[in-house]
Amino acid sequence: MPKLPDRPEETLGGFIVHGVPFPVDSGPDALAFLKRMAPIQIEQGYSITYLHSYGQDSPWFAGVSNRRLLATRDPESGYTYATPRGHDMYSGEETEWIDITDRPAWIHTFTVCHFGSEEFLAETPYVLALIEYEGVETLFLSRLMGIDPDEASIEWIGMEVQPRFLRNSKLKPTDVYFVPARSAS
Amino acid sequence: MMRPVYAISGGVSKFAKARPDKTFQAVIKEAYDYAIGDLGIDMPTFTAAADGSVAAYFSDHFSRQLMAGIMAQDYLGLIPKPGHRVEGGGATGGLCFQEAWKSVASGDMDVCVAYGFETMSRVETWKGNEFIALASDVSWDYPVGGFYSGYYAMMVTRHMKEYGTTVEQMAHVSVKNHLNAYHNPYAQKRNRYSIEDVRSSPMVAWPLTRLDICVMSDGAAAVILASEEGLERLEKAGASISRPLVAVAGIGRGTDAMRMADRPHVDYDTFMRDYATELERDSAETRAYYKKLWDKGTRYPGVHSFRAGRTAGNLAYRRAGIVDPIADLDFVELHDAYTSSEIQTYEDLGLCRYGEGGPFAASGKTFMPGIDYGLDLPEDPLIPVNPSGGLIACGHPVGATGLMQGVFAIWQLQGTVGKHFGDSALQVPHARRGAIHSHAGTGTYVTVSILRKED
Repeated sequence: MPKLPDRPEETLGGFIVHGVPFPVDSGPDALAFLKRMAPIQIEQGYSITYLHSYGQDSPWFAGVSNRRLLATRDPESGYTYATPRGHDMYSGEETEWIDITDRPAWIHTFTVCHFGSEEFLAETPYVLALIEYEGVETLFLSRLMGIDPDEASIEWIGMEVQPRFLRNSKLKPTDVYFVPARSAS
Repeated sequence: MMRPVYAISGGVSKFAKARPDKTFQAVIKEAYDYAIGDLGIDMPTFTAAADGSVAAYFSDHFSRQLMAGIMAQDYLGLIPKPGHRVEGGGATGGLCFQEAWKSVASGDMDVCVAYGFETMSRVETWKGNEFIALASDVSWDYPVGGFYSGYYAMMVTRHMKEYGTTVEQMAHVSVKNHLNAYHNPYAQKRNRYSIEDVRSSPMVAWPLTRLDICVMSDGAAAVILASEEGLERLEKAGASISRPLVAVAGIGRGTDAMRMADRPHVDYDTFMRDYATELERDSAETRAYYKKLWDKGTRYPGVHSFRAGRTAGNLAYRRAGIVDPIADLDFVELHDAYTSSEIQTYEDLGLCRYGEGGPFAASGKTFMPGIDYGLDLPEDPLIPVNPSGGLIACGHPVGATGLMQGVFAIWQLQGTVGKHFGDSALQVPHARRGAIHSHAGTGTYVTVSILRKED
């Protein structure tokens, strides 16, 4: 049985303090005592909005918002990237776009995240998977839905899956996610 | 023409969950002063003899301070001497060690200080995980649920599928490293755990539990490297340098794609030609073993192996004249951010073959002699791995970690672990050669440096 948590998660927030203890005089003994004081810690906020460009990968996001899953391939060798790259790693040539929406796909590997980065904590437990596509050399990182995160099993590897798309695109790689393929269930 | 480089001294601050008592510069100074003190000279004398430095820290986000390197340089009193900062994720400390080596080997400096730190306590744990996850592709990886423990869990899930590796084998690494750290006063987590404790601690990313994963830390480390001329200069100034000397016998580095998804899956012939160790290539039995794996569907490196680690190891071994790492090395301090990545790294470094890391972890070969781990280990210790406790138990203040390994390796080879730890339990008997291994991202930058005790 997993152990139950025995302490709450710590947060940085605390009381706002006005005035801190300090010697009433600054004689030599008092100044020497300053070496024995605990440190003062304050909160500092930091927030920024970036204008992030997908650059040459942009068509993938246009595709996914139109329910098409794109990949890129080297025109000469046919080496195909499920996560698109503008240039092939081996020939250095510019890649071309192809549509892989309807190709057979399966789970190459996966995990269930019970914790996560702050941004995703509220979504735990969530399933991350690397998806393998027929005839595609590289993998694609995505979320897996429609399976019970508490039933994680090595047997999930190899399970056939199919893409699903958000109704309202957010222009993020999570506009597509995967569920067990209809034929597999 | 490279010159011989000696690793003559080192220091480590106490690694802790949080060090609010000091600014990062003052924490680095603890490690730096210790390294100077161990040479038996004072700071002004050392400063006069030093040519410059390399600074290491991973994240500007954690420190919320750009150019923190120069703030350390001035606090340590090293200005106006040459210096620069290096950064390469988890391998930052290892890269720093190697850049300092280059400074000396190239003739640019005779005495070079490598120092590194990280201050990870200034944000909450899950914000810290977010910062670390920003070291994955922010277009493709981070937004999907960026979480490094999740990335490593996906690797080991595939390793389990591919090779039958078990969570109990992984837990052996956690038990070993935590108990080793019990004898290391610099370590953050010094505990005796059982396999059951590891498996019943909270699940973080299936199948990795909290005790399979290293913790965030505040800490610093410093290493002093010198040429023959540097030794002479320091000794003339009154330094007492431990003999026999510890030399850097060879360095190696490798890289791989930032996105794990982009790693290739190469065939058997390519693996044997480009990635097999010399020993693997020369053994008909091993060639047959790998052929069988490939026939079953294994491809390399995929997401279960670190091609960067194999590349770094092979390069360092060649330069240091190591053919059979398990026979030629006496210990390894490797980057065990996860129990699973220690197992993956056994394979990359050729301590066992790919696919054998799990049984190797539970065999007893990587444990310290003379310590009772409370485990039923079928074999005797052969090559202690992470005798210090590694990242899992010492902590992982990123920019300091690879340098901490350097310091512990120096002490092992000098035979001075007892003096520095106040406990000789972790002294590897008759240590002549050791490897330190620093690792970034999902295996994106990996450094391997071999240290050797001179005759």
